[in-house]
Amino acid sequence: MKSADAFAKTKAEGRAALVGYLPAGFPTLADSIKAIDILIDHGADLIEVGMPYSDPVMDGPAIQRAADRALAAGFRTRQVFEVVEAVAGRVPILSMTYWNLVEHYGVDAFARDFAAAGGAGLITPDLIPEEAVDWIAASDAHDLDRVFLVAPSSTEERIAATVAACRGFVYAQSVMGVTGARAATSAAAPKLVERARAHTGLPIGVGLGVRDGDQAAEVAAYGDAVIVGSAIVNCYLETDDVPAGHRRLAELTTDLAEGVAR
Amino acid sequence: MTNPDLNGHWGAFGGRFVPEALIAALEELETVHNKAMEDPEFQAEFAKLSSEYGNLPSPLYKAERLSEEAGVEIWLKREDLNHTGAHKIRNVLGQALLTKRMGKTRVIAETGAGQHGVAAATAAAYFGFECTVFMGEEDTRRQSLNVARMRLLGAEVVPVTTGSRTLKDAMNEALRDWVATVDDTHYLIGSVGGPHPFPKVVRDLCRGIGDEARAQILDRVGRLPDLVAACVGGGSNAMGTFTAFLDDDVKLYGFEAGGDGADTDRTAAAINSGGLGVLHGARTYVLQDEDGQTKESHSISAGLDYPAVGPEHAHLHATGRVTYEAVTDAEAMDALAQLARTEGIICAIESAHAVAGALRAAKDLAPGSLVLINLSGRGDKDMGTVVDYFDFTKKPSDKGTE
Repeated sequence: MKSADAFAKTKAEGRAALVGYLPAGFPTLADSIKAIDILIDHGADLIEVGMPYSDPVMDGPAIQRAADRALAAGFRTRQVFEVVEAVAGRVPILSMTYWNLVEHYGVDAFARDFAAAGGAGLITPDLIPEEAVDWIAASDAHDLDRVFLVAPSSTEERIAATVAACRGFVYAQSVMGVTGARAATSAAAPKLVERARAHTGLPIGVGLGVRDGDQAAEVAAYGDAVIVGSAIVNCYLETDDVPAGHRRLAELTTDLAEGVAR
Repeated sequence: MTNPDLNGHWGAFGGRFVPEALIAALEELETVHNKAMEDPEFQAEFAKLSSEYGNLPSPLYKAERLSEEAGVEIWLKREDLNHTGAHKIRNVLGQALLTKRMGKTRVIAETGAGQHGVAAATAAAYFGFECTVFMGEEDTRRQSLNVARMRLLGAEVVPVTTGSRTLKDAMNEALRDWVATVDDTHYLIGSVGGPHPFPKVVRDLCRGIGDEARAQILDRVGRLPDLVAACVGGGSNAMGTFTAFLDDDVKLYGFEAGGDGADTDRTAAAINSGGLGVLHGARTYVLQDEDGQTKESHSISAGLDYPAVGPEHAHLHATGRVTYEAVTDAEAMDALAQLARTEGIICAIESAHAVAGALRAAKDLAPGSLVLINLSGRGDKDMGTVVDYFDFTKKPSDKGTE
C-alpha cells in the first residue's frame, strides 16, 4: 500500500489526510505496535514510524526523549521491520529516519527489507536530493515512496528540484525550528504550501507543531495532509502508565481526525 | 591544497546531510566566504585583526633540549602564544568577519571543555555580537572557570541536558537553535566538521598556521621539514597546519586521541577506530555501534573528545597523503611532562598528543631530520587534569626528595 492510495481516498472524501508519527520502540516495542494500531483505529490515514537515533538534530525535546528511551531499552534498526510488518495492510506505513541508520544498514538492503515488511517508503529529514543518489536508485528498485522536505527558507529552485525528486507526497516543514507541539500554527506554512504547489501535483503534507483538532482543521484548509508527532509522543510522556497513554492517544486521534474532516 | 566538489565532497567524504531548512544559510555562507577569500579588503582586515588583536603570526621556536632527547631537530609552531591561548582565535576572528559581511548580529557556538566557547565569546565581544554557547551540562560543571570566562565576555552559556550531555550533544543543540534563528544568527562552528561549506571555511581561516610555519622554517633553516605533526580531534589545527604542505615532499602526521587505546572502547580515534558514517552534516569516519548509533568518545583531552573527524581529514587518510595514528592518554601526558621539563612550556593536552606522536614517529627518521610540530594551545586550562593525573595534590615533601 502506497501513500497515493491513502491520498486517493481522502481526496474522494473531500478532506485532508491525518498522518501520525511515533518512534518504533516507544514506549516499548510491543506498545509502539499497539499505539500505531490505536492511531489507525481512530482515523490516521498514514503512519510514520520514527527510527530512534542518538543525534536527532531536527527534533525537539519530546521526540528526543522518546528516542532516548527506545535506545536505552535496546532498540535495534532491524526491529523497525517487525513494527512495520505488524501494522501494515490497513494504511500506508512510512518510516521517518535520520540517514546514517539507513546508510549503515546498507541503502539497498534497507529498502529491500522495508519493502518486504510491507512498508510504503521513507521520509528523510537530513537527506537532500543532491546526496540521495543511492536512495533514489534503491527506492526505484524496490518501488518505495521517497519523501523529501521543503522549508520556508527554500529557494524557488530548490523547491522545484526537491519536489521533482519526491514520490508519494511532499513534506512541508512549516516552521523554521525543531519538532514540537506549539500553541499557534505557523504563519509561514500556507505560503510554503502554495509555493510548492506551483511546482508539483503531488499532495503536500504539513508538519511540525500541530497538537489538537482545531489546529489540524486550520492546517487541513490548505495542506493535503496534517502531520502530527510530538503531541502523539506526549500522550505517553505526560501520563503515568502506558494504558493511560493509550487512552489519551485514542482521544487525541479522534479529535485530530475530526479536525482534518471539518 | 585540495578543494571539495561543488556539493562539498572530498572523494566519498563531506557533503550536506542537514535539514533542507538550513541549506539556504549554508549557500549564503559559501557565497560570502568564497567572495571574501578573493577580496583583498577582507584579507587586509583579517590580517590586521589577526596581528594586532590575535598576536599573530605566532613564532616558530627551535626546541633545543627536546631535540637533544629526541635525536631530531624539533621546531614548535607556537600557537599557544595566541590571544585566548590557541589556534582557535584564527577561526573565530575570520568567521566573525564573515558574520558581519552577512549582516548577522548573533553567533552561536558549541563547546566541549570551553576553549572554542571562550574564543567565540571573545570574537563576539570584539564585534559587539550577541553570543550563545551550548555546552554539555557535565562540562559546565567540570570547566566552571571557562564558563565564568564566557559569561564575563558577555556570552550566554546554555547547559545541554540531552543525549549524552557531551560535545556532540552541544553541537546537536547548536544546530537546533540555528534552524530556528538562521535569519539573524551565524553558527560559528568550532572545527573543520559539519556540513559544507564549514569544513572548507574553517580550513581556509586556519591555514595561516601552515603558511606561516612553512615560510618561517624556510627562512630559518633554508629547507622544508621532513615531518609535520599536529593533533586531530575535529581537526582544525591539523588542517590549518597541513594545507600549506600538501603539495610538498613532506611527511604529514595527524595524531588522534586514543584514550585508553585505539583498540579499546574508551577512545576518540575516529579514523583509527571508527567506520564510515554520517554525523553532524558530513560523511566521514565516526565512532558508532553496529547500527550506526553514535558511540561516546573518551579522551583525557576535552578538545579531542569527539566521535568524528573533519571530512577533509577522512579524505587525506583515504588517499594516504596523511598518516593518522592514535596516541593514548598516557603517551600524551608523558609528552606534556617532557616538554615542560625540557623546554619550560606547558602545552595543552591536545597539543601534547602531537608532541607524543611526533617523538614516536621521529624514531624512524634519520638523525638530525627536521620535525615541525604544531603546538596548538597552552595548558593553563588543563592544570586540574594535570594535578589529578600526576597526583600533585600530595605535598612535595611526601615524596621524600627534599
